[in-house]
Amino acid sequence: MTINKNIAISESGFLFNPSTGDSFSTNPIGKEIITLIKEGNTLERVVEQIHQLYAVDQDTLEKDLADFLYILKINHILKEDE
Amino acid sequence: MNRRKITVGVTGLNNIDSPGPGIPVIRALKESTAFDIRIIGLSYESLEPGLYMHELVDKSYAIPLPSAGSQALFNRLQYIHSVEHLDLIIPNFDAELHNFILLSPQLKQQLNIATFMPSREVFDSRHKSDLPEFGKKYNINVPKSNMIFSIKDLKKIEEDYEYPMVIKGKFYDASIANNHEQAISYFHKISAKWGLPIIVQEYMSGTEVNVTAIGDGEGTCIGAVAMRKLYITDKGKAWAGISLDDPELIDISQKVVENSKWKGGCELEFIKNKKGKYYLLEMNPRFPAWVYLAVGCGQNHPEALVKMALGESVAPFTDYEKGKMFIRYSYDLIVNMDQFEKISTLGEL
Repeated sequence: MTINKNIAISESGFLFNPSTGDSFSTNPIGKEIITLIKEGNTLERVVEQIHQLYAVDQDTLEKDLADFLYILKINHILKEDE
Repeated sequence: MNRRKITVGVTGLNNIDSPGPGIPVIRALKESTAFDIRIIGLSYESLEPGLYMHELVDKSYAIPLPSAGSQALFNRLQYIHSVEHLDLIIPNFDAELHNFILLSPQLKQQLNIATFMPSREVFDSRHKSDLPEFGKKYNINVPKSNMIFSIKDLKKIEEDYEYPMVIKGKFYDASIANNHEQAISYFHKISAKWGLPIIVQEYMSGTEVNVTAIGDGEGTCIGAVAMRKLYITDKGKAWAGISLDDPELIDISQKVVENSKWKGGCELEFIKNKKGKYYLLEMNPRFPAWVYLAVGCGQNHPEALVKMALGESVAPFTDYEKGKMFIRYSYDLIVNMDQFEKISTLGEL
């Protein structure tokens, strides 16, 4: 699982894909998740980190994270490792 | 740095909701670091906004419509040249290019006015009606298309197409027809405006991406910038767009410009389908109205054209800034009646 290498993400959570011209904005937690993936963390590690930082139960976190990753995938921001 | 003073005639001053490229080309020329350019606007209509944009257009002249023929145009240009001493003309309308290409040698030999346009053969080869041949010749994917002259022709080719299909005018206008009735209606509407033939093109779904490019006419692509429209008007024109980082698209575009030995500015319109394959929908034979984005991205294509037209060699641009946007706006010019009177009655402003 990697963030496409040419995706730019700003301090405010604004994402830009220069190969398609698409832009998106994400909230601070979304930005943290993307940053963690960019740093090479595994999905388990991302869940662990977010769970430590925020008061959320594991099941909700995993479900919301799966939804968020799906959105990233269909918008060509995230790709699965081959 | 001393900038060389030159005088350039530019058409396409119709900076309206479906804008001509004249004003963006002029803005690019005014930002030239090599030339100090006096702009002579050449207009077809008294309400072309560029006529009244005096900070960009130094002087304007009305010229005869393309339907008046090349000799009428030459006579008018001869007069304009006697007053303004034009070094170069940059035509920006598809419909006028035929006349300018015809006159090109005469303008050079008799008046010493340079132009920088493709030969008639190359110009004709990328015509909408010849696009399948063009695609075959240069190994570029193009949608299936046919030229038709009557409703009878439409019926004949319907077996080979599926609805929706695209009904296109020979110069401008395109509509998506979802059924036979709509196709007939668009056939009449577009042919009444632009004449025959009408082009029927296979509908391609995907993302539209465009490239503004310039070739030296000897097989080198001097520059190419890719853009995706972010906001489209009801006429399908870009009201906002963004430059793209798409090496494959640039590579295909360079191949088109280089293999066809395109001379001058052009716009390539592509569809990128879901599989990521590019299809060339059209090659417009002049700069697009969004060419100023290329300047904003670091490639001043109109300036490069001027240099080449005046015999200077230009090194190809190798890169441009990605993620730059353009956003159009409308602006009301307040104009005194005497200006409108001058251009309407005297043909000069």
